Amino acid sequence: MSYKASIEFNNLVKEFGDHRVLNDLDFNIHEGKITTILGFSGAGKSTLLKHILGVHHPTTGQVKVLGEDLSTLNESKLREFRTNFGMVFQYSALFDSMTNFDNVAFPMREFTNMSEEEIKEKVHTLFKQTALDDFAIHKLPSEISGGMRKRVGLARALALQPKIMLYDEPTTGLDPITTHMVDDLITSTHNNNSDIPMTSVIISHDIAATLRISDYVAFLEMGKMVVHLPVDEFRKSDHPTIKKFIELST
Amino acid sequence: MVKVINRPLEMLGSTVLDLTPSLGRLTIYMIHVFMWLIRPPLRLKLFFEQMVFMGNKSLFIIMLTSSFSGMVFAYQIYLGFTAFSVDSFVGPIVAIAVCKELAPVFTGLVVAGRCGAAMAAQLGSMVVTEQVDALEVMGVSSIQYLGVPRVVATVITMPMLAAIFMLIANTGSWIVGTQLLGIDEAMYFAKISDFMTVKMAIEGLIKSAIFGYMIAIIGTYQGFQVKGGAEGVGKATNQAVVWGMVTVLVMDFFLTAILAKVL
Ligand SMILES: Nc1ncnc2c1ncn2[C@@H]1O[C@H](COP(=O)(O)OP(=O)(O)O)[C@@H](O)[C@H]1O
Repeated sequence: MSYKASIEFNNLVKEFGDHRVLNDLDFNIHEGKITTILGFSGAGKSTLLKHILGVHHPTTGQVKVLGEDLSTLNESKLREFRTNFGMVFQYSALFDSMTNFDNVAFPMREFTNMSEEEIKEKVHTLFKQTALDDFAIHKLPSEISGGMRKRVGLARALALQPKIMLYDEPTTGLDPITTHMVDDLITSTHNNNSDIPMTSVIISHDIAATLRISDYVAFLEMGKMVVHLPVDEFRKSDHPTIKKFIELST
Repeated sequence: MVKVINRPLEMLGSTVLDLTPSLGRLTIYMIHVFMWLIRPPLRLKLFFEQMVFMGNKSLFIIMLTSSFSGMVFAYQIYLGFTAFSVDSFVGPIVAIAVCKELAPVFTGLVVAGRCGAAMAAQLGSMVVTEQVDALEVMGVSSIQYLGVPRVVATVITMPMLAAIFMLIANTGSWIVGTQLLGIDEAMYFAKISDFMTVKMAIEGLIKSAIFGYMIAIIGTYQGFQVKGGAEGVGKATNQAVVWGMVTVLVMDFFLTAILAKVL
């Protein structure tokens, strides 16, 4: 199978003191696909995410994002590089002192020379794309529901047309209907932006959502990669840990 | 017996050991704040917002404390001095004490209690709700965006508040001294101009700017290092107030000694 790698992990090892949190991870995340990194709590998923963002650097080994080894970038280059990412946080992490409009406009105001007029237009487009009602636009994040905050968070993450979308536990703690809505949003976002092409990485322990929306699944257990498979093969996997995980979650 | 001696020593030792790494991290934080201060972009809007916020939070309390402390101080000194018929010294004594000590220290205590606490609470809850992470992930420095405007605003607002304190406290002293207690008004002012110098007021303003710097550094630092939910935010807020106030009182002594040499 030939594909382009968007993120490469080459023998990545991460230790905090004597605690080995990531153990010799060696795999690639495919460009233009939705990959879910799945695992129990404490498996090292968030730590892996922080390596993609360049927040943590490997103890040994290498992480390359869009061909760039992040540990070789200096601080300001790394900050600049992060405009390639759009990140959706578990609880949206909207700036609570700003309106939803200002939240979505924030990255554009920080990193582009767009005029306020252009920004306004783009914010409205993003609101449409994430199926947000206009009435939410000038409200504060605290005045709208959790599901809507998720959409605003997604709109903000999309503001700079990122090449890589990162979702941290996007459906944890949501009701089933909102979960479905978020899933649909992730897939529609992914498909709508396929011209870029966009790579989506989801950190999750929600097996049902994973099976529904992912192209690839990487299963982590105690810092080790158990399998990294296309979703159909993952579903049929007879690996005992994965079987147990699927059983326990359904 | 050995135990009795050892216990306090152990406690002192462990406090020092606990404090040392914190002081190290605080110093590193101060260096970061300085580095981000001199790097573009200048976030003037955020800085003005913070100044307004600080004014809103503390101006009324400062006006209240300054008027009453000026009045009570004048009254106390009058009670002591009138026995020796030197009550016209109330003016300069209050003026000097207020400008050199009371204004910067009281303003510092009020700002530590109101603004230092608010900074820790705001930034702490932003850490807990991942808003600080969101800034960093977008490539915006949280220290520059959240820390620097608060520190700069406090350094500039504190002397303004201290100046207001000086003005109001002296007015209070003047009202009590000359209007209530009957000190001769001409003598009151003559004595002030005999003993009081502009340098003394400047000393107070410099002190208050330095207090402001430390209060904001401590408040924002406490906020940034919050861990673990709402409880962590409460703890940080508390620490910001305690350490802000202690720092003001302890630094006051050393600053007095240093400024006496420099000015
Ligand atoms: N900064 C850190 N310092 C020390 N240990 C850490 C740090 N970050 C994570 N860990 C440890 O790494 C392990 C994996 O954590 P994490 O990546 O958060 O797992 P997950 O996201 O899969 O639940 C945990 O045991 C955690 O205690």
